[in-house]
Amino acid sequence: MTKHDTRRQLWLRRQRRRAVLIATVSTVAVATITWYLVTNAAGWPKVKQIFFDGDRFRQDFPEVLSFLWEDVKLFLQCAPFILIWGMVLALFRNTRNPALFPLRAFAAAYTDFFRGVPVILTIYLVGFGIPKLTKEWGDFHILGFGGAWNSPYLWGPVALVLAYSAYVSEVFRSGIEGVHESQRAGSRSLGLTHGQTMRFVVLPQASRRVIPPLMNDMLSLQKDVALVSLLGPIEVFRRATSIKDRTANFTPLVAAAVIFLIITIPETRLVDWYSARQRRRTGGTVIS
Amino acid sequence: MNPKVAIKNVRKSFGSKVVLDHVSLDVGEHDVVCLIGASGSGKSTLLRCINLLEPIDDGEILLDGPDGPRDISEPGLNPDPIRRRIGMVFQSYNLFPHMSVLHNITLGPTKVLKQPKSEATERALDLLSRFGLDDKSHAYPDQLSGGQQQRVAIVRALAMQPELMLLDEVTAALDPVLVGEVLNVIRDMRGQGMTMILATHEMGFAKEISDLVCFLKDGVILESAPPAKLFSAPDRPETAEFLQRVIASGRL
Repeated sequence: MTKHDTRRQLWLRRQRRRAVLIATVSTVAVATITWYLVTNAAGWPKVKQIFFDGDRFRQDFPEVLSFLWEDVKLFLQCAPFILIWGMVLALFRNTRNPALFPLRAFAAAYTDFFRGVPVILTIYLVGFGIPKLTKEWGDFHILGFGGAWNSPYLWGPVALVLAYSAYVSEVFRSGIEGVHESQRAGSRSLGLTHGQTMRFVVLPQASRRVIPPLMNDMLSLQKDVALVSLLGPIEVFRRATSIKDRTANFTPLVAAAVIFLIITIPETRLVDWYSARQRRRTGGTVIS
Repeated sequence: MNPKVAIKNVRKSFGSKVVLDHVSLDVGEHDVVCLIGASGSGKSTLLRCINLLEPIDDGEILLDGPDGPRDISEPGLNPDPIRRRIGMVFQSYNLFPHMSVLHNITLGPTKVLKQPKSEATERALDLLSRFGLDDKSHAYPDQLSGGQQQRVAIVRALAMQPELMLLDEVTAALDPVLVGEVLNVIRDMRGQGMTMILATHEMGFAKEISDLVCFLKDGVILESAPPAKLFSAPDRPETAEFLQRVIASGRL
């Protein structure tokens, strides 16, 4: 740093200050206009009473919040299986050995099917269908988990895993295919096998570049676990709905929305921070 | 004595385009052979075929070893044990961007040659210091200059202690100042007796370093001769014309 800024540095600083000022003014203007338009609309008093009732919010928020752990728990139960199964499917599709064609075909059909069917239908069909078959099986105990074979706490998550692994496998696949062929050439020329090349060269690079799209899917999952409540389990959305039914007021649903935001927004910030750190660590100059 | 590599009548085509047409070439142990010719003449493809990155359509590639010469291009042969005997360096380095320089170099020795990590690291650091890269072992490839990256790529190949090195236009992506440092590394390898086949556009360097220079055009070795002969009195008019164009562009 020189003591006196040059003409160019001063100019850059003025430009930056100007940019901040313009951004602030335009944001305030847009917010004010929106607020004015909404609060002066004819239906606003009614909307305010049904959706934004302050007293109801204060009363319902803690009640709905107490079910947050249910959503987080469902998410934590599903996510590892989705990531593992999604990765396995992606590797199936990436096999180059002709003997493994059935695996490739299976993975392709699987992803086509579960990406094509709405998640909510998968949950209905798996969640209400399979328990009819497993009703007589009694209880299961696996790895510290346990419960009835026809429990919605089992088949709801299973349905989510089936559906989301299809999306996630496509993300992994595009990540694997996005690693340039020259990286494989570099690795194979050292004598590494196809498997070693995958493990040490391709997958580490692929997993880094899939983190942002993967995070999108994980955020969707965090919200879609609410769909499992259609099978019975009570969580944030379901609890909010039942309060709404009792009080004929939609404010608890707004509270539920706020609660979902409280967990999803930090998740996105965490990912942004992680990818920025990766770029700084392995990259040269970061291009803004 | 058998040549280290004997290429016999190799043919290779991509679809209907013939890229190598009855190519034959013997490379003696400790010899340096330069392949010259315009882009698309088949130099890179020939190197990739020798390293089994491209299957050939016909012919033989014999690599001499303890059990005598063996055709490494034999269909159905597992390429991995053969590739570990041959080092390859690419025009665009092909370093692994997610690994430090040191890790790039020790990956092959630890995973393929099963060297203990401490031994591989020690050998890698030795090689790095031999090529003036002591302080770069913990850097990532994208933090290095092109010349440094290419030297690391050469060290990575050397760490496998190959019997043969293939260098595919290794200076083509570098500016003239950085070219020098990479060429020094190749001179050093020659001094150590490494058998090498280089595809190159650096005619002055080819003249200085090779025992044999091959001029390729449209997938055919039109002429091969020691550099003194090929650069001063080529037999073929095509070779003379190519060299004329190189001289006109100021590259010789």
